[in-house]
Amino acid sequence: MVQAQSRGGSRGDPASLGGTSSTDLNVVYDSGGGPPAKRKTLLSNAVLGTMIFILTEIMLFGGLVSAFLIGKSMASFGWPPPGQPRLPIENTAFNTLALLLSGVALFVAHRRITDAPATAKSPLWAAILLGTFFTVSQGYEWVGLIAEGLTLTSSVHGAFFYLIVGAHALHVMVALGFLISCGLQVNQGAVELNRFHATEAFWYFVVGIWPVLYGLVYLS
Amino acid sequence: MAEHAGEAAHGHDGHHEMSFWSKYVFSTDHKIIGMQYMFTGMAMALIGGFMAYVFRMQLAFPGEAVPGFGGVSPADYNSLITNHGTIMIFWVAMPVLIAGFGNFLIPLMIGCDDMVFPKINRLSYQIFLLSAIVLIVSFFVQGGGFGGAWTAYPPLSAKAEYSLTPLGSTLWLVAVALEFVAFLLGGINFVTTTMNSRAPGMKMYDIPMVIWMIVVASILFMASVGPLIAGAVMLFMDQNVGTGFFDPGKGGDPILWQHLFWFFGHPEVYVVLLPAMGIVADIMTVFSRKKLFAYRTVLYTVFGTGVLSFTVWAHHQFIAGVDPRMAHIFTITTLLISVPIAEMCFVYIATLYGGSIQLSTPMLWALAFLAEFLIGGVTGIFLGASGADVYFHDTYFVLAHFHYTFFPIAIIGVFAGITYWFPKMFGRHLSEFWGKVHFWGTIVAFNCIFIPLFMLGAAGQHRRIYNYNHFPDLATPELQRLRVIATSALLVMLAFQAVFLINFFYSLFKGKKAEKNPYNANTLEWTAASPPPHGNWAELPRVYRGPYEYSHPDRDTDYWPQNEPN
Ligand SMILES: [Cu+2]
Repeated sequence: MVQAQSRGGSRGDPASLGGTSSTDLNVVYDSGGGPPAKRKTLLSNAVLGTMIFILTEIMLFGGLVSAFLIGKSMASFGWPPPGQPRLPIENTAFNTLALLLSGVALFVAHRRITDAPATAKSPLWAAILLGTFFTVSQGYEWVGLIAEGLTLTSSVHGAFFYLIVGAHALHVMVALGFLISCGLQVNQGAVELNRFHATEAFWYFVVGIWPVLYGLVYLS
Repeated sequence: MAEHAGEAAHGHDGHHEMSFWSKYVFSTDHKIIGMQYMFTGMAMALIGGFMAYVFRMQLAFPGEAVPGFGGVSPADYNSLITNHGTIMIFWVAMPVLIAGFGNFLIPLMIGCDDMVFPKINRLSYQIFLLSAIVLIVSFFVQGGGFGGAWTAYPPLSAKAEYSLTPLGSTLWLVAVALEFVAFLLGGINFVTTTMNSRAPGMKMYDIPMVIWMIVVASILFMASVGPLIAGAVMLFMDQNVGTGFFDPGKGGDPILWQHLFWFFGHPEVYVVLLPAMGIVADIMTVFSRKKLFAYRTVLYTVFGTGVLSFTVWAHHQFIAGVDPRMAHIFTITTLLISVPIAEMCFVYIATLYGGSIQLSTPMLWALAFLAEFLIGGVTGIFLGASGADVYFHDTYFVLAHFHYTFFPIAIIGVFAGITYWFPKMFGRHLSEFWGKVHFWGTIVAFNCIFIPLFMLGAAGQHRRIYNYNHFPDLATPELQRLRVIATSALLVMLAFQAVFLINFFYSLFKGKKAEKNPYNANTLEWTAASPPPHGNWAELPRVYRGPYEYSHPDRDTDYWPQNEPN
């Protein structure tokens, strides 16, 4: 006699689908009686969904970067065009370091959160603070650049700069929002692991793509 | 028994009496959302079809008032052809084939009760509906709807001085962008659900082909749409902020848009083609009572086609000034991609070979898909070869070619799917007789529309021309006769759609009641009630074998449902 299966399983119930299984996606079930076992999944719904979203995001930035490279190759009077301000390479290098460190801090939190969630608190908030520092400091740079005359309409160079760096900033801010909500959960001692892992994946994407953008937009 | 029945009922949130609004409008049930997509798509198809009627009348009888529309101005004409293409691809083919069938079929065919993210799914439809409304509003703003063709090449799309539709262009772009967001949310759901929520025992190779194809199509969409979203943001800024991404006067490059657009645009063909091919595969096995020939080969071919489809986009730009050496490369990749698709057509023919074929309405549509799509594929070879394309580019030959691909996909494939799954969706049967009348009326008329257009294209007739009387070489009586034939056939084809609509809505309420499994099919959706209740099954099924075990020699019956232990 086969019994009715719990209905929560396929609805992304966070508690029931911890993604720690090392089983293959194709689990063969015995054909005897007993309740149908819940499908063991390699990645939880939230993490898999986020990874698919990140695929689109990578292609979005891929599109922006290829457009930038084509735009740059069309420039007939050098890049950046004459009369346009120089980008603050050193300050941004420092900000980049802060963002990378926030990725490291989040990884430390990841190592601790499963076994002892309370100890993950300080690295998680360190990651949030470093990410916030990056955003604020980059915003401060924009104020300076606009004052120096680099705007969206001043040249294709300016347009690409604000488009690409702005698209990244928007992602950082959304991801920070998710990180903060995870941080608040940790403070209350009730962290949803799937939500944390999904946020983590997105933050690594945001951190990981920045050095590429920095190298292309600022250094080349 | 009583105990677990109670358990099942308990697990159903909202299985009790629901108001009309929460059941049909704000539902998170995958079946309702699928039907919302499907009905919205059908409504948009009527709008798109009406547009085709108006501009074909203008081409056959230039300058005369069109009944139901009135006189067609050049601006009207541009807006009509632009929005006809936009609607048929983004608001008909995609919502019906991927979102409509995907939502309805995925949980039912893999044996789970709903999508993994039901609320995201509902949000996806709401954004889609909003996008459709924005597009329709854009026809009525000052200056009229956007008229720069569905490919929206700058500078025409970027500068209001050229397009003369300052608000229409922006609303068009916003509508398309919203539509992409809706499909992103839907696609995340489709892939995650198929990977994580399959019934116990359903292995990768037990997934029905139509589900695989919808999943691969979703991945292709999500991998190709990023650059177009980037391009759309840049175009929006060129339109409204004054940047010069696509403006050579400001250091930009108009060809850049073409790359970003077609990097998405060509995989998009496969995004809509694959679900249609999947629908056809499932129908062909059921109505020939045979196993799908070479399941794994088909699957690997689909993956290969998906990868290859990212390497062919510049065949749309052979006359846009691309380097001839680059044109050679894209000619080769384009000709290469016809190989896997041809292989799939052969596999389908092999599936039919030796089967006991039953020419039901869905099977007729499936067979017609194969025959008509082959014509579309073969004529594509001429256009993929850069030398021939220099002559054919932007003629009606191109137009007829892609209608021979998109019509089988978006119309024939959809009719195959609707006539096949109608009993499951609504619990009643369509009329077979009127279904066949509709089939023959549509198919014969379709060929009578587009074969003349192939001839016109080969004679050098350019696309996007409002009145051929302005071009003495193209205004000859012979060519005009072909235009009148095509338009008359279109009128016949549109008239036959009334047969479908009457059959559809009559059967919805008065059709013969359908049992659980009217076709003796194997896949899991046929083990649920017709129509399936909220939650689909009282007990979720378990899977023991692949989906295509028809006419197995050890069995008395000629089918072997996936959920039967032995
Ligand atoms: Cu193409």
